[in-house]
Amino acid sequence: MHRLLPLLPAVPLLGAALLVAGGRRLPRPVAETFGCLVAAVTAALAGLLLLHSTPPQAAWVGGWFPKGGESVGIVLVGDGASLGMVTLVSLLTLAALAYSWHYFDEPPRGHTGSFPALLLLFQGGMCGFALAGDLFNAFVFFELMSVVAYALTGYRIDEAKAVQGALGFALVNSLGAYFMLMGIALLYARTGELGMAKIGQGLDAAAAGRGPDALTLAGFVLFLTGLLVKAAAVPFQFWLPDAHAVAPTPVCMLLSGVMVELGVYGVWRVYGLVFSGPGGIPAADATRALVTLGVLTAAVGAVMCWYQRHIKRLLAFSTIAHTGLFLVGVGVLKAQADEGTALYVLAHAGVKAALFACAGMLLDRYGSVDEFSLHGRARELRGVGIMFGVGALALAGLPPFGTGLGKAVSEEAVGGPLTALYIAASALTGAAVLRVAARVFLGLGPRPGEPRDEEREEDETSGSGEEPETRQRLDRIPATMRSVPAVLLVAALAVGAVPGFAHAVGERVDESGAWGVFSAVHWTAAGILLDLLSTALAVAVAGLAVARPRLLAAPGWALPLRRLQSGHVGDYVAWLLVGVALLGALALPGVLG
Amino acid sequence: MSAVLHVLPYLIAAYVFLIGCYGLATSRNLIHAVGCLAVCQSATYVLLLAVGYRDGATAPVFSDLAPGSRPVVDPVVQALTLTDVVVGATVTALLLALTVQISKRHGTVDPDELRELRG
Repeated sequence: MHRLLPLLPAVPLLGAALLVAGGRRLPRPVAETFGCLVAAVTAALAGLLLLHSTPPQAAWVGGWFPKGGESVGIVLVGDGASLGMVTLVSLLTLAALAYSWHYFDEPPRGHTGSFPALLLLFQGGMCGFALAGDLFNAFVFFELMSVVAYALTGYRIDEAKAVQGALGFALVNSLGAYFMLMGIALLYARTGELGMAKIGQGLDAAAAGRGPDALTLAGFVLFLTGLLVKAAAVPFQFWLPDAHAVAPTPVCMLLSGVMVELGVYGVWRVYGLVFSGPGGIPAADATRALVTLGVLTAAVGAVMCWYQRHIKRLLAFSTIAHTGLFLVGVGVLKAQADEGTALYVLAHAGVKAALFACAGMLLDRYGSVDEFSLHGRARELRGVGIMFGVGALALAGLPPFGTGLGKAVSEEAVGGPLTALYIAASALTGAAVLRVAARVFLGLGPRPGEPRDEEREEDETSGSGEEPETRQRLDRIPATMRSVPAVLLVAALAVGAVPGFAHAVGERVDESGAWGVFSAVHWTAAGILLDLLSTALAVAVAGLAVARPRLLAAPGWALPLRRLQSGHVGDYVAWLLVGVALLGALALPGVLG
Repeated sequence: MSAVLHVLPYLIAAYVFLIGCYGLATSRNLIHAVGCLAVCQSATYVLLLAVGYRDGATAPVFSDLAPGSRPVVDPVVQALTLTDVVVGATVTALLLALTVQISKRHGTVDPDELRELRG
């Protein structure tokens, strides 16, 4: 079975190459069908391997097997977690391809295959990153998926905002990747190894019971910087809303649904394999660093989410808030929290992709994603409105959605005041999306006016007057576009509701993780009550905001936070450097002690 | 003296990386910013090659060299550096292409004037 592992990144990459080579001659439906087929084959293969992932398998690509414990070859590791991520990536790519079926902007003449080819390349890069068992290949696949993501974000090169958002995204993320490479070089210098598990053993041997030193800390901080930039943790998060606001909708589904989460996955994998030993970073310090950043990320993301009127930007900030929760879940270093986070990531991917898909339909129907100017205009899109509302409730953690189960299990694991953070962040982001649903699809509440006195510069990114991504404005939403979010929502529901699924996910995650085995994941009465509490809070806050807009308008203290999102790429780079220093300071006590 | 010489490449790598970051943060021109990113990347080349260096060693090419007859520098980091160069070329090309489009659509490449996306 392990011989099939290299096919997971190879099949999409090969499919992309064929599409680029033959795309000139292919008619558009053939190119798009071929893209869907390749993504589906990869998903099926990943699912098949996932069923056979106990015990975990490793594939030494090209027959470069280790000799006497030493190896310089490329190793792919197929365990429950990595194959699960690959399956998620492939299924979501399939959903994005199906969503863009026939709908997307007329491709340039002679390049019918370019958009599906780019999506397949993106899929291949993400699959490779999830499977990589050594740090350098993790870096190469990380860069592959990043570069394709920049290209996809700026795919509509005639759009002024699209190219601008893509460039900011590219500069910040590339810099983060070079930080990561510096970290890899330092770890290689210390251990002479590139395989993750071997580096971990090398660090333990080099420390010889004296604990980590400055070089280990530097390697940890530099490597994690790259991953946290990708995961959009505060203060590395500034690129994300800009990129999500301008990227084509199918791309947003992938960026928010899996790419950002792959950053968190990378943190989890690298800490567990490389830094969790006695020569690595002590657990208390890793927890301090990750949980602090996670709490900040969740808080900033949720608050910023609430004050957006550009719907895609609002969804982007809610992704930041949820990534913060994932970081907290990974950061507490408990098997139960890992399981909860894995379920949360799975269900969140479905819910968030469905919400972006609905926002994309608004954009293509009305040429706007501005909550204010769309007030009441989308009443006719009843089905889309229902899906948007259900997605909002699922985001808030309504049982039996998988988001609710993941949230409940994580809450139980983290305990204490962090439980309140989970409830607050999911309630606030859910409330923001519900508010949009109530105003746009139901036309409830007074019509939000333009700012009374002067145009506040923070309101500039309103989302009105956007170009639809389709050839012309859609009069009817095609069936493929409507069915994709419905299927995604059902999948998110199934994560929580299908008996035994959560247990299977938990087993796979524990087996791949470093913190032992947790008994079983299931719904508990306390978890259901907390989920209902956050859902009720979301409904109440959204209702209040719709009925009395002035009561919950942006207060003065939120303005500085919004001004930080300055749109200036130099500021974002400066914040990245601040973040590196912060991460170092948070992990420092372990080295001093 | 030799201790200084051994530390020097690492100091240079750190210096080059930080100067690139400084340039990125204060850049007034996107082409300049892309160049600064390439400077940051050059620091990774310096660091990787410094990690693999050995005193008195030669290039790890065995066409005219009997294995084991002379020390050679670490070929792994050289392979990593080559891969890194390829990655860097791709990133720079894509970034410059985006900059060309920004210049066409906005009529400027000054980040101070490109601030529509905010808040």
